[in-house]
Amino acid sequence: MTEIIRLDNITYKYDDEDQRPALQDVSFSVNRGEWVAIIGPNGSGKSTLAKTINGLIEPDSGEVEVGGLMLNEKNVWSIREMVGMVFQNPDNQFVGSTVQDDVAFGLENLGIPRDEMIERVRNALEKVNMLEFAEREPARLSGGQKQRVAIAGIVALRPAIMILDEATSMLDPQGREEVLRTVKEVKEEENLSVLSITHDIDEAAAATRILVMRDGQMIQEGSPETIFSYGEELVEMGLDLPFPERLKASLKKQGLDVPHDYLTEEGMVDWLWTSVSKM
Amino acid sequence: MMDKLIFGRYIPGDSLIHRLDPRTKLLGAIWFIIIIFLANNWVSYVVLIAFVLTAVKLSEINPKFFINGVKPLIWLILFTVVLQILFTSGQTIWFRFGPVVISQEGVLNGVFIFFRFVLIIFMSTILTLTTMPLSLTDAIEFLLRPFAAVKVPVHEIALMLSIALRFVPTLMDETEKIMNAQRARGIDFGEGNIYEQMKSIVPLLIPLFVSSFNRAEELATAMEARGYKGGEGRTKFRKLAWEGRDTTVMIAFAVLSVVLFVLRT
Amino acid sequence: MDIRFQDVGYTYQKGTPFESKAIYDIDLSIKDGSFTAIVGHTGSGKSTVLQHLNALKKPTEGTVTIGDRVITNLSDNKGLKSLRKKVGIVFQFPEAQLFEETVGKDIAFGPKNFGMTEEEGLEKARELLPLVGLDESFMERSPFDLSGGQMRRVAIAGVLALEPEVLVLDEPTAGLDPQGRKEVMNMFHSLYKNKGLTIVLVTHQMDDVAEYADHMIVLEKGTVMKEGHPREIFKEAGWLASMQLGVPSTVKFAHELEEKFEWTFDPLPLTTDELAAQIIEKLPTKGGASV
Repeated sequence: MTEIIRLDNITYKYDDEDQRPALQDVSFSVNRGEWVAIIGPNGSGKSTLAKTINGLIEPDSGEVEVGGLMLNEKNVWSIREMVGMVFQNPDNQFVGSTVQDDVAFGLENLGIPRDEMIERVRNALEKVNMLEFAEREPARLSGGQKQRVAIAGIVALRPAIMILDEATSMLDPQGREEVLRTVKEVKEEENLSVLSITHDIDEAAAATRILVMRDGQMIQEGSPETIFSYGEELVEMGLDLPFPERLKASLKKQGLDVPHDYLTEEGMVDWLWTSVSKM
Repeated sequence: MMDKLIFGRYIPGDSLIHRLDPRTKLLGAIWFIIIIFLANNWVSYVVLIAFVLTAVKLSEINPKFFINGVKPLIWLILFTVVLQILFTSGQTIWFRFGPVVISQEGVLNGVFIFFRFVLIIFMSTILTLTTMPLSLTDAIEFLLRPFAAVKVPVHEIALMLSIALRFVPTLMDETEKIMNAQRARGIDFGEGNIYEQMKSIVPLLIPLFVSSFNRAEELATAMEARGYKGGEGRTKFRKLAWEGRDTTVMIAFAVLSVVLFVLRT
Repeated sequence: MDIRFQDVGYTYQKGTPFESKAIYDIDLSIKDGSFTAIVGHTGSGKSTVLQHLNALKKPTEGTVTIGDRVITNLSDNKGLKSLRKKVGIVFQFPEAQLFEETVGKDIAFGPKNFGMTEEEGLEKARELLPLVGLDESFMERSPFDLSGGQMRRVAIAGVLALEPEVLVLDEPTAGLDPQGRKEVMNMFHSLYKNKGLTIVLVTHQMDDVAEYADHMIVLEKGTVMKEGHPREIFKEAGWLASMQLGVPSTVKFAHELEEKFEWTFDPLPLTTDELAAQIIEKLPTKGGASV
């Protein structure tokens, strides 16, 4: 497996007078095709970390390497071409006056010829199922639709990496689901690596690996199963409790012995099944 | 939600006027405002009215919208008309009461002024009702292009305009939300004396500024992440297309100008 | 204080070419001391209904009764302000309403509009800060230097400072992290339990509805589709799914178990504790002895 993102000993302070750095000696890497979720309570440095990857923030010390390129002034624009980013607030990243204008924005910046641009905008909108909305203004779209347009804007640039910076946190459950579904589809079709910063349990469950941040430091790393088995501690790690964990806690409180390992809902049913048939 | 009446809001449609190139419509509207001052007699005004009504008809938009466009300005118009009537000196005196003199010429002038206002409003309403704000900025950018030679940042101005337009509904929404939140905390907007009203604006303006700055910052970050580094080397997705019908409309305007000039007395 | 809607409708820009109907034929009642949840999709008319709860909007049709005030389209605007003290609304992302130089002054802003002096308002603020999980040291800080979660708490305190009898919450936990969500919801629940506040919660989180509410109103396309106890409404899982509204995780899981094990859950469990109790009941090792 090849590394596509590598961060080495990143430290960053927003302000020289800050007591505690926003990022403190953070190192991690993402392999090509991997989906990594970063969790942690608000203010733990997750978003700051994401912004160091494409040079929106310049770390005080440490190295960033993306797609084999060292992040520096010379490479920053090539790296931004490789990294697409979906931000939290659907409204504040919608630059164009209509859906298609917004998708075209990144292509215009790259100086893509107009004929090719039209083709790529169409394709990208098709991939996120928004083609029929091509001429709509953002005011007439739902939050989920706006985020899908943002994803189309990234797909059109044919990047290698997609970063979701709490991209679903301002959406209703329906919007959340449609965006997550779109990310999954696009990741497969375009062979992307995904880095998602989230509090959402479903989004975290889609990852192959979860990193946990607290106070600017990376404190844990593991598969979703490992991380989810922390049970009630998850809330402090900035993640919703999965339903089976909540039920387990209630069962335990009422005196039933429950397995320590993480159970999915299915696993929970199976475990109950064996408990029932034991007699 | 888009529930506030914005003067001259775009109404989607597929009429001949809708399909015209925005440059045609913008130039036409400006041209019209200039040549209307050529008209100084009844016949010219009849021609102008017929011209505008044809345009209204061709736009396939409910005439109600045009009348709505005049409504907010009606007091200004009537005030100007009254001034015209009172202060035009003329030979044929219809009515005299002390210093107040009303002459036939005065009344005629007043009527002309009235129509001049209404026709200008109708014409600009056609422009704004049938042209997407975005297309309008495209047209403005095109017309400003010659100024790029003298170092006017035309590209940046156009981008600013289109982003500003894009955020109008968002900010209207935001304003309404903040107003509601402050009303729920006991503020009455638009009540009390001037001092009280000024004071009640502060709790609206400060949050609005704060949130706009936050938005601007986030938008700038998003634009940078998407590779925006200024106008250089950028291509354009939107393209304006001049068609036969645009030429026809321009000719119509030329003919109208000649007619008005000939009819001048 | 009860709030009642009878045949309420509201049309935006009535009488203009842009006229649009936001809500219609709405009948609902919010009983004194209840914890009412209002659910529905974006665009279902929730926010319009919300603005009628303290007369920010007057209905274009029908009557809204708030306590003993009856409000119709023809109602005089005089005295509506006093209703806003009785019914406090925490809007979605309420931190957007902060504007004063200090946290204390911002919390005191509402009380001052209703006739308290500056000192009384600040006293009120000092009293409320611990309630929303902040301490007195915040009084002199600028609200704009706080974290998102802290700003949210200050804004909530600013509404609580009005000492409302009914507290309306529009997605109060949106954008907070799970820890913050838990703390904020617990705070509202204790206001309901310990101070007897009537709570109206607008939410998409069915788990929260199941956990806290004793009354539920389902809005869709501008009108009320269902009103009743959550236990009754969540029974109709099929109908809710057809509305794309979903059911709480407990109800979903209970249905799965019912199918797989041929169990019946009665009454329908809404919280995980209720579900756990019924599962333990059904397990062969009754009483929960270790297996």
